[in-house]
Amino acid sequence: MSFLDLKNVTKIYPNGTKAVHETSLSINEGEFMVFVGPSGCGKSTLLRMVAGLEDITEGHINLDGKLINEVDPSERDVAMVFQNYALYPHMNVYNNLAYGLKNRGIDKETIEQKVNDAAKLLQISDFLQRKPSMLSGGQRQRVAMGRAIVRNPKIFLFDEPLSNLDAKLRIQMRLEIKKLQQKVGVTSIFVTHDQVEAMTLADRLAVINDGIIEQLGTPIEIYNNPKSLFVAGFIGSPQMNFLDANLNNKTLSAENFEIKNIESDYNGEVTLGIRPEHLIETENGLINLKVELVEQLGSDNLVYGQIKNIKDFCYRSPGNQTIKKGDTLSLNIEENKYYIFDKSTGKRVN
Amino acid sequence: MKIKPLQIVAHIILIIGVLLMVLPIWISFASSTHENVSILTEGMRFTLGEQFSRNYNEVLNEKGGWSEEVTAAKMFINSFIMALGIATLKVAISAMSAYALVYYRFKLAVPIFWLIFITLLVPLEVRIFPSYKIVSDLGLTNSYTGLILPLVASATATFFFRQFYKTIPDELLESAKLDGANAWSFFIDFLVPLSKTMIAAMFIFMFVYGYSQYLWPLIMTTAEEYWTVVMGMKIIYTESYEGVALPRTAERFAYIILSMIPPVLVVVFLQKWFIKGLIQTEK
Repeated sequence: MSFLDLKNVTKIYPNGTKAVHETSLSINEGEFMVFVGPSGCGKSTLLRMVAGLEDITEGHINLDGKLINEVDPSERDVAMVFQNYALYPHMNVYNNLAYGLKNRGIDKETIEQKVNDAAKLLQISDFLQRKPSMLSGGQRQRVAMGRAIVRNPKIFLFDEPLSNLDAKLRIQMRLEIKKLQQKVGVTSIFVTHDQVEAMTLADRLAVINDGIIEQLGTPIEIYNNPKSLFVAGFIGSPQMNFLDANLNNKTLSAENFEIKNIESDYNGEVTLGIRPEHLIETENGLINLKVELVEQLGSDNLVYGQIKNIKDFCYRSPGNQTIKKGDTLSLNIEENKYYIFDKSTGKRVN
Repeated sequence: MKIKPLQIVAHIILIIGVLLMVLPIWISFASSTHENVSILTEGMRFTLGEQFSRNYNEVLNEKGGWSEEVTAAKMFINSFIMALGIATLKVAISAMSAYALVYYRFKLAVPIFWLIFITLLVPLEVRIFPSYKIVSDLGLTNSYTGLILPLVASATATFFFRQFYKTIPDELLESAKLDGANAWSFFIDFLVPLSKTMIAAMFIFMFVYGYSQYLWPLIMTTAEEYWTVVMGMKIIYTESYEGVALPRTAERFAYIILSMIPPVLVVVFLQKWFIKGLIQTEK
């Protein structure tokens, strides 16, 4: 049995909303698991059930070999970092960190030792006497993490902790969280709706949609091999391009091009997915893209254009190229770098 | 800096307001330092007289009442005890009942809250007979308990605390839960310190409310040793009207001035907290 085990966990709210649907998941000790999905998909609910802040309607949650369904949140030995940090506004930083330890009846000297260690680790030693209102966003974030670390819990739970920070700080804190987790080695679950955050932080990733785990795997597995239309569209930036097409006898026919010898026995209406970075410019390519907009990022360009009736088709070109509005580019798809999904079910068919 | 006409008008209005508030108090104080004769012949005074220590000394130490047993000083103490008890218990009880209403999600929380709120429509004066009956059946007449207890429930304060607790984010409770706080320690460690300024404000209002109670102590107390200041104001110098002596206006004014001191002290002392709370928004 793994460290944290969720078995057929279901959450139905009193008003009948089904937030999480028979979800099963195993997380290993020391692993950094990320739940990613659009808002309202049930990822936070799942996390809060692990924390004990939401009742579990059906199913079982085991932590370290012990069933914790009915265990009080304070007894579960989990620590959580909230989106708005939920720092105790009337206590200084020291007491914010020490409060949980005091409630556990730990003696003063040990508390002081632990708080100082955690503060040193997070570089907040200088602010221990300040109130949270006197700290910047990044410092508050650190205090919130310090409060989790100081208790030395079995599992860290992060509920979108970076979404209140500005873009630059977010990237910096993302890095710090990852480093910290590797250093401390605590099993962690991180909830986010930001796919870049998810990709960069996760050891393993669970893509959640409508209360169901759509796909579970390492970030690169999911990126390379999305199992459904939803996952394909959600992971990857800029988003994958989708085209309507028909698949018949291993031949795919889209608006104005065909791909032969496709490894699939499926026949019928499909959606073809191509990542912007999997296109290359060639002469006499499959796709003719009429350029409408170019976003120059320096390292590369994002080219948006039209293929016949399909708008906002995106192609990622190397940064040293100069492409202008009105150009027509001839593009090929890199070998086998396309994804075909059943149009009605959204399942991958190639 | 140029002064705009609008500012002048605003200041005039403010000055008039200040005068309206302060002048009566000043007249009372000035008059309380004169001799009774001169007030009787020349009316109220704007200037200070020479009888300050004599009048005030007399007010504080003279025994009054029908049996000549109670002094003004004793009545000040009684009123202070009563107001302090009422204010403290009112704040404590309403903070706790608001806590229950907001954080314990039992089914009837909302109807119960409205039931509490409706009691605002039934002030003590309306239910004074049943209240008296209960207190006298319990044998609490002529006691501090009897003076305080019937007045300690407060719908207003419960309402204010409830509204305040509702603004505290849920994450704070959840975070505290994960940190091992139980229901009691969440109240003591979080809600009480967070609502410090609220408590101070409520305490001031309730203290003044308790201090200025008139009808209830009047009905409740037959023993003079439990008389309160507001009652005394009416009773303590009545004999002068019936006898041949002059009306003791100066002493009455002195008494009024003295009776204002305890509530003013409470306000002055707690105002520090008030202002602190306004400057440091901690939420």
